[in-house]
Amino acid sequence: MAKLIVDGKEIDVPAEYTLLQACEAAGAEVPRFCFHERLSIAGNCRMCLVEVKGGPPKPTASCAMNVRDLRPGPNGEPPVVLTGSPMVKKAREGVMEFLLINHPLDCPICDQGGECDLQDQAMAYGVDSSRFAENKRAVENKYIGPLVRTSMNRCIHCTRCVRFVTEVAGVPDLGAIGRGEDMEITTYLESAMRSELQGNVIDLCPVGALTSKPYMFKARPWELLKTESIDVMDALGSSIRVDARGREVMRVMPRVNEAINEEWISDKTRFIWDGLKTQRLDQPYVRDNGRLRPATWQEAFARVAEKVKAAAADRIGAIVGDLAAAEESFALKSLLQRLGSPNIDGRQDGTVLDPILGRASYIFNATIAGVHEADAVLLVGTNPRREAAVLNARLRERWRGGNLSVGVIGEPVDLTYTHTYLGAGPETLAAVADGTHSFAEVLKNAEKPLVVVGQGALTRPDGLGVLSLAARAALAAGAVKDGWNGFSVLHTAAARVGSLDLGLVPGEGGLDAAHQAAGGVDVLFLLGADEIKVADGPFVVYIGTHGDQGAHRADVILPGATYTEKSGIYVNTEGRAQIANRAVFPPGQAREDWAIIRALSDVLGHRLPFDNIAQLRQSLFVSHPHLARIDAVEPADPVAIERLAALGGAVERAGFESPVTDFYLTNPIARASAIMAECSALALGVTRQAAE
Amino acid sequence: MSVRRLAPKEIQPEGFAFTPENTAWAERIIAKYPEGRQASAVISLLWKAQEQGGGWVSEPAIRTIADLLKMPYIRVLEVATFYTMFNLQPVGRYFIQFCGTTPCRLRGAQDIQDVLEQRVGHQGHVTEDGLFSWLEVECLGACCNAPMVQINNDYYEDLTPESFNKLLDDLAAGRPVKPGPQNGRVASEPLNAINTLLEPSLYDGSVVGSWRKRFEEEEARARAEAAAKAAEEKAAAEKAALAAREAAVPEPAKPATTRAGEQVADTPAHRVAEGKEPIKPESQQAAAPDTAPKAADRAADDKTKG
Repeated sequence: MAKLIVDGKEIDVPAEYTLLQACEAAGAEVPRFCFHERLSIAGNCRMCLVEVKGGPPKPTASCAMNVRDLRPGPNGEPPVVLTGSPMVKKAREGVMEFLLINHPLDCPICDQGGECDLQDQAMAYGVDSSRFAENKRAVENKYIGPLVRTSMNRCIHCTRCVRFVTEVAGVPDLGAIGRGEDMEITTYLESAMRSELQGNVIDLCPVGALTSKPYMFKARPWELLKTESIDVMDALGSSIRVDARGREVMRVMPRVNEAINEEWISDKTRFIWDGLKTQRLDQPYVRDNGRLRPATWQEAFARVAEKVKAAAADRIGAIVGDLAAAEESFALKSLLQRLGSPNIDGRQDGTVLDPILGRASYIFNATIAGVHEADAVLLVGTNPRREAAVLNARLRERWRGGNLSVGVIGEPVDLTYTHTYLGAGPETLAAVADGTHSFAEVLKNAEKPLVVVGQGALTRPDGLGVLSLAARAALAAGAVKDGWNGFSVLHTAAARVGSLDLGLVPGEGGLDAAHQAAGGVDVLFLLGADEIKVADGPFVVYIGTHGDQGAHRADVILPGATYTEKSGIYVNTEGRAQIANRAVFPPGQAREDWAIIRALSDVLGHRLPFDNIAQLRQSLFVSHPHLARIDAVEPADPVAIERLAALGGAVERAGFESPVTDFYLTNPIARASAIMAECSALALGVTRQAAE
Repeated sequence: MSVRRLAPKEIQPEGFAFTPENTAWAERIIAKYPEGRQASAVISLLWKAQEQGGGWVSEPAIRTIADLLKMPYIRVLEVATFYTMFNLQPVGRYFIQFCGTTPCRLRGAQDIQDVLEQRVGHQGHVTEDGLFSWLEVECLGACCNAPMVQINNDYYEDLTPESFNKLLDDLAAGRPVKPGPQNGRVASEPLNAINTLLEPSLYDGSVVGSWRKRFEEEEARARAEAAAKAAEEKAAAEKAALAAREAAVPEPAKPATTRAGEQVADTPAHRVAEGKEPIKPESQQAAAPDTAPKAADRAADDKTKG
């Protein structure tokens, strides 16, 4: 710890703090452009200048000066830092004047207007005029991908974007060419950026040089209604803010959540919003003579009731999809119970995870923030870069910290950090579990080994054997001990852990998703289940939001609400219950899914005992109390892992393959999004054209 | 300074590969750097690529170097665009870097520039025959021979429009040319009237070693002075001693070493350490009968101490 005096206030901060951090600790505000807490220090904007007594007689860039480098006074008094002295004021005004020399005065047509650091700081720390009478610099705009629009006249050369893609995203596509006034931010020959986290440069850019291309000229920040919510594009449940105007979601922004996404979100999370408006089911449909026709709710319900009443109880089934909140899953399960059917499954991808194996067998026990503590990581059948891009950024951050060995069993992929490719399939995993593989030694020597099992390893016929093998590998490595549980399952669907927590698996004698879809039932409810192909035969009732595969197969469509249109509890891959809030209302006649199920239950003669979401949640919390503890991770009993390891089971030779083959098109909302389609095409190398 | 861009696609070569000897050279350069720091070789390699590629760095060369050093392409592009001595556009076989900084300007660089503009065209333009292109650069550090240009690796100095035209003619015709001053002088020697260093003795050998001689003389003089001074002091000291003895001032038995830290050389302990006889009281008595302690006093002294 080191003592120093900031603006007359004596504080005690760690010696490795920068002056900027120390000033903040003392409550002094220091303006900055290039400095960012999660990026390396560049020190090139000079906005954070402060006066240091005892230092050189000139302003000091506080972001680049350590507290430990300050000199004490002649009699050993603590160093003095001033953030409001006349020298500092003059320095800031000077820096701001220089920054504005080449910055265009196009705030009225700039998308950053209203949330622009330069605008705000010019108001707070600038002067009202410029003494610069020459011409301003003109810079050509660059194409750097379909998501980020450039307006390079506005660039102030802070290099935050370059540092982000290099350090955090790990795909160093951006760079600064030229020098001095002619420095320009660009990609190599203006190719598209390849990172799946590239949208974050829009937030990082302190000016309007990098803005969102899909959101271009769409709205002003002050006319948007901001709703804090939870993302459902992957199983991480990143914290987001949904910005809506009227009935329209205009954009999605990240919120800071140190436990999950820090302040990054993936491009799928950020740019999905145009998919919320296209391909929407806004009224009920029924199929007549092989063609779907619009219908009223009454008609649709009557058709469902007719079929349900005609079917035997054990010939009714339900499959819960990847985006369902806990409320509607619970409602559907209650309805099925009342109908007397055991056929319900929340695992449309056919994963072998089952609540009967214990909660520790299906959650990311190490927790996402726990990745920072791990010192050896084994990735089994998962490609975190595609399945959970933000988690991958965390792994990379941990790797940059040094002393991390990563082993991969599965597909050989580029994870943006160095790793040892161990092998393709269960054989390698068995070798690691038995200790015959050299990586077993690495895991064993690690203090906190982390074994991440992906769905690529579990959605196979021998998944249970693989899961057991992975548990054995984790136990052999000492990954399960007091204070650390490194056995972690990485999910790909936002609804999956919630479904497993609610016990959405076939009951006694019940059929699983694959058997139901193959025609094992006569009436099949699909709650947003679009990634499973239903055979001819069953009468399909699709409750969902988009005209995707499920709707095409459906005999009755009941239009539901997307994650931005309902309040719902989602449990993320680490078992953290989080609540998503409603930002807008569902379109047309669409309703919240739980309300649809509740109304349907009335028609079916098995009225569910709740009339509003509060009552529904009350009964949900009674049977599943941990869901009431919002934002908290419910730790699971690691005994389950030992049981799992003892389970054994045969495994095949085939290699693991990640279930996410196309990062941009994993769910019905994403498949309805034109932006995602363009990104997907670009990623596949189909087309490379400049939009705009 | 202006924005520097890669050459347009149409004139970029299909590909780029180092020649075998350049590859070997590159490997030697890369091996200089510790493991994981291979990217440090990027400037050397770009320089070599420029040399091999006819004076400019092509886009395929940038990619080749990036692959060689396992760097992202954009990183190599950053370096290539940062340093202005990497030409990103094709240059003539004789690439003329024309110095346009103040000393050259004062000495007539404008005339040289006019020649270039007439004969070669505007900056960066390569003549039809592919022989010449030129670029104005900052000071090349040959101000004493202004105005000057650098053509490929050589300086051509003391130019006049005529001599420069002739130089270009010679280069174009393939005749041998002489780098350096073009007006007959050698290096930066004076051209005509010699105004300095005119003393003939500078050149007849008489002053060779004169500085040493002077030093030796001064040294001898200083030594003699010091000796004279020392002799004087000695005489004065003797005189003073004599006067003191005449004055018969009682001297203390101990040497009068009063300065702090100075050791008293003549104590019984020292004498013992040096293996000398201790001074006996009798001899003390004989030397200074007035001040030497008497045997009776000594005994009394011992008693009080004891």
